[in-house]
Amino acid sequence: MKTPIYLDYSATTPVDPRVAKKMCDCLTLDGSFGNPASRSHQYGWEADKLVEQARKQVAELVNADPKEIVFTSGATESDNLAIKGVAHFYKKKGKHIITCKTEHKAVLDTCRHLEREGFEVTYLDPEANGLIDLEKLKAAMRDDTILVSIMHVNNEIGVIQDIKAIGEITRERKVLFHVDAAQSAGKLPIDLQDLKVDLMSFSAHKVYGPKGIGALFVRRKPRVRLEAQMHGGGHERGMRSGTLATHQIVGMGEAFHLAREEMAADNERIRMLRDRLLDGLKDIEEIYINGDLEQRIPHNLNVSFNFVEGESLMMALKDLAVSSGSACTSASLEPSYVLRALGRSDELAHSSIRFTIGRFTTEEEIDFAIEQIHQNIGKLRELSPLWEMYKDGVDLESIEWTAH
Amino acid sequence: MAYSDKVIDHYENPRNVGTMDKDEANVGTGMVGAPACGDVMRLQIKVSDDGVIEDAKFKTYGCGSAIASSSLLTEWVKGKSLDEAAAIKNSEIAEELELPPVKIHCSVLAEDAIKAAIENYKEKQGK
Repeated sequence: MKTPIYLDYSATTPVDPRVAKKMCDCLTLDGSFGNPASRSHQYGWEADKLVEQARKQVAELVNADPKEIVFTSGATESDNLAIKGVAHFYKKKGKHIITCKTEHKAVLDTCRHLEREGFEVTYLDPEANGLIDLEKLKAAMRDDTILVSIMHVNNEIGVIQDIKAIGEITRERKVLFHVDAAQSAGKLPIDLQDLKVDLMSFSAHKVYGPKGIGALFVRRKPRVRLEAQMHGGGHERGMRSGTLATHQIVGMGEAFHLAREEMAADNERIRMLRDRLLDGLKDIEEIYINGDLEQRIPHNLNVSFNFVEGESLMMALKDLAVSSGSACTSASLEPSYVLRALGRSDELAHSSIRFTIGRFTTEEEIDFAIEQIHQNIGKLRELSPLWEMYKDGVDLESIEWTAH
Repeated sequence: MAYSDKVIDHYENPRNVGTMDKDEANVGTGMVGAPACGDVMRLQIKVSDDGVIEDAKFKTYGCGSAIASSSLLTEWVKGKSLDEAAAIKNSEIAEELELPPVKIHCSVLAEDAIKAAIENYKEKQGK
């Protein structure tokens, strides 16, 4: 076992050795280093061929047409391109955008930016389990709504939104629908022939590909138009200029190809490991699972350990690499906005730990994690005045705290 | 975000963790912070008749730096007079533990805690 044990797969994943190998073949003089846009010689043609193969691999994972795949520097850029691109192109049609409070910052900050430009954004509240109520979405839609952006799987709590149903609603009202699928592609089956989704963001580094490359699906039938955000040469059908990074794209293609082949088997094993972890923690008093347990990817477990603060737990779990919704661990000293949006109290948001499992996690690592957690929760609760008060039957709500 | 060895040491080898009887005449209790902020420190001191802190205990809900700050404080106040203890500055705690800027507020809270404990003791004597 390599320590610290990596249980933070939702933050990033190691590149699969098979992917790395393919990427290395595109770098040096003896590899396919050419500029894919060089139309006039073999170096360019070869690189272009590899890019188009990779484009096909990405498209195949989600049953899209390769022509609908635009390569970007990552899901953050894809989100920016989708949301700003649509807003600016269709601004004469309307100025209203709908999204959700639990979206990734790449979506939320982009929407905030558009608000400064004069767009109006509605940020929907999810239910306590993290899922969107479709009636509330319908109620929020206006005549001047041009875009709805809802992520497929949430990065913090792993819950799965019903994008099939949402697509039916938006298409009926002729509103464009963007989905951030950074955390779902390669983990859940996605069929863009079936889903009425107009734009979808992908990330390579969440599915054992390299960091710094992603893609945006832009539907052709019915056609979605975008204002490009990167100019300079007209690459990617004018939607995203910039020399294509062959090695990055090949890496993403191979990662998506492997995901397609191995998704079912990986998921079964990962679900077993996640459930093993959950079983191992069930006997701990006062723990809360954040987010719906059923409508959730098998890779994610987000737990609040009441009366123990998240960062101290992470410090104590020094042989595990995890993340927390605790304020102390975010630079802004505010607790997780996702957990707050679920209606979780600040205390429970401060006490949360996110465990995410992946392709290289072993049973041994899970058992080790369970043991470490048990030992340290006990110790930290011994240190905690809140645990003592709880055990003494004191109602913590009744205390007047001297907050500074 | 690596912790200083000293911060880790206070967690791995806790000292003075515990609870005194807050109703005892010569015990002062200070509880500062709030669960909503992610920081609650409870500091208790047992004061001798000649105004010297004989014993100190703490319990803290908070990050590693908060735990270490309050733990260190209990070590420092033992054997000091009330005035000496009240004079301890948060900057001294922060320096000793090598706290990064984003964690300085933990040392401030510890300073608040000892002052609150001393005030509580004095109030009880004043009755």
